[in-house]
Amino acid sequence: MTLDWQPLILTFKLASVTTAILLCIGVPFAWWLANTRIRFKPMVEALVSMPLVLPPSVLGFYLLLAFSPTHWFGQWLDRVAGIRLAFSFEGLIIASIIFSFPFLVHPIQAAFQNLPRSLTDAAQVLGKSPCQIFMRVLLPNIKPALLSGTVLAFAHTVGEFGVVLMIGGNLPHETRVASIAIYDEVEALNYAAANFYAGVLFMLSFLILLVVYVINRKALK
Amino acid sequence: MIQASLKKRLHGANGKFDLDVNLQVAEGEFIALFGPSGVGKTTLLRCLAGLEQAEGNIVINGETWLDTAQRINLSPQQRRVGYMFQDYALFPNMTVRGNLEFALRKGSDKKRVDELLELMGLGELQQRKPETLSGGQKQRVALARALASEPRLLLLDEPFSALDGEMRVHLHDEILRLQRHFAITTIIVSHDVGEVYKLANRVLVMEEGRITHQGNPAEVFSSGQTSGKFRFTGEILAIEPMDVLFSLTVLIGNQIVRVVAMPNEAGLLQAGDRVMLVSKAFNPMVFKLG
Repeated sequence: MTLDWQPLILTFKLASVTTAILLCIGVPFAWWLANTRIRFKPMVEALVSMPLVLPPSVLGFYLLLAFSPTHWFGQWLDRVAGIRLAFSFEGLIIASIIFSFPFLVHPIQAAFQNLPRSLTDAAQVLGKSPCQIFMRVLLPNIKPALLSGTVLAFAHTVGEFGVVLMIGGNLPHETRVASIAIYDEVEALNYAAANFYAGVLFMLSFLILLVVYVINRKALK
Repeated sequence: MIQASLKKRLHGANGKFDLDVNLQVAEGEFIALFGPSGVGKTTLLRCLAGLEQAEGNIVINGETWLDTAQRINLSPQQRRVGYMFQDYALFPNMTVRGNLEFALRKGSDKKRVDELLELMGLGELQQRKPETLSGGQKQRVALARALASEPRLLLLDEPFSALDGEMRVHLHDEILRLQRHFAITTIIVSHDVGEVYKLANRVLVMEEGRITHQGNPAEVFSSGQTSGKFRFTGEILAIEPMDVLFSLTVLIGNQIVRVVAMPNEAGLLQAGDRVMLVSKAFNPMVFKLG
């Protein structure tokens, strides 16, 4: 039996790209959410947390509708940019970003909220710009939360199944990630291949989480 | 010379009241804002630093920091004050030296950091992180950092509240020395009479957002009388009959004192009352301690 590494590679490519994009938008968003006093903040927080409680198939279903070339949004994307998101790798990335958003934002928002306000005040009085304060005072002091948020978002993207199945399907080299491949192989009664994918995911997930806990323990000392 | 006139609505423990203050501070003065907590002392300090918004105007050495009528309001970054926070607000990710270097203005000489580290006796601690320092050490770093930014005005928000007696006395001396060394105009928030007496050359007593008395500490705290009589306020803990008299147990500060009272006096009092003990017509003996 020849083992196909493609689904595993695709899984980690998806998780890496998703996490990188999430960091760029999620960290500033978490900071905004920690400091904003707008009236509809509870609504924003509820929306961000929705993926934690929704069945993945619900989100997948609506994204599939939106991405479909017969829907106005999908039609508009196709016409303006020539992009078709349904059953494509790009579509998976967008879905994963939405789905892993709370896993990144929650720990980082909590960490920003726990920083004493006087740190920002002190840096302001010392003449530092908001950008300098963010990069040199706030971010360095929430490192453990940055790490756990990043890893949780990465690991969650690796483990996602429902959304991927709904909007990605099972196209080799495009959307056939490891979690889908396992399901597919089991259906074909090909247990050895399923065991291979499952075993790799199991070990990698364990190692990633272990590293986070070890690093966070060191940071506490 | 600092001239400030500020108004701001505050929400205190006993409802709303207005901060309404007029300040004139001469160059190099050491001013204390004195009063119980919740009367707006810290808010006044934060308004001067630009960390909170208020109506009115602030002019310092001819430069306008705030003038709400003309819509001038400099940001905290532009005002150049040195501010020492109650919790010190040292940056946990930076070393002692890092905290001071971060405070330097663009183009200022790095030698200032060395000078301050030496002045404050922090040379040995310069590579340590704030979390490994004691309260007194943190306090010194916070003061050094406030001075590193070459401020035109130094604001100290109850800087000694977290320290014990001996450490306080030591740091009082330190602050006085530095204040004179840099000849910097300083405003300190305090509710410790001894501290105000020792440090400030002028005290502003605040109540409910207003300055009710001001003058040098000796005048303000002895109500202008110099008869040398003893006067303490305290709380009655117990009243016990003793032959024809009564014995009162009174708590003054954290000392317990027993005094006698006539039956007609004792009849008007009960445990829990706040009283003033006054002694006159004899000269106390003074013993040096320690």
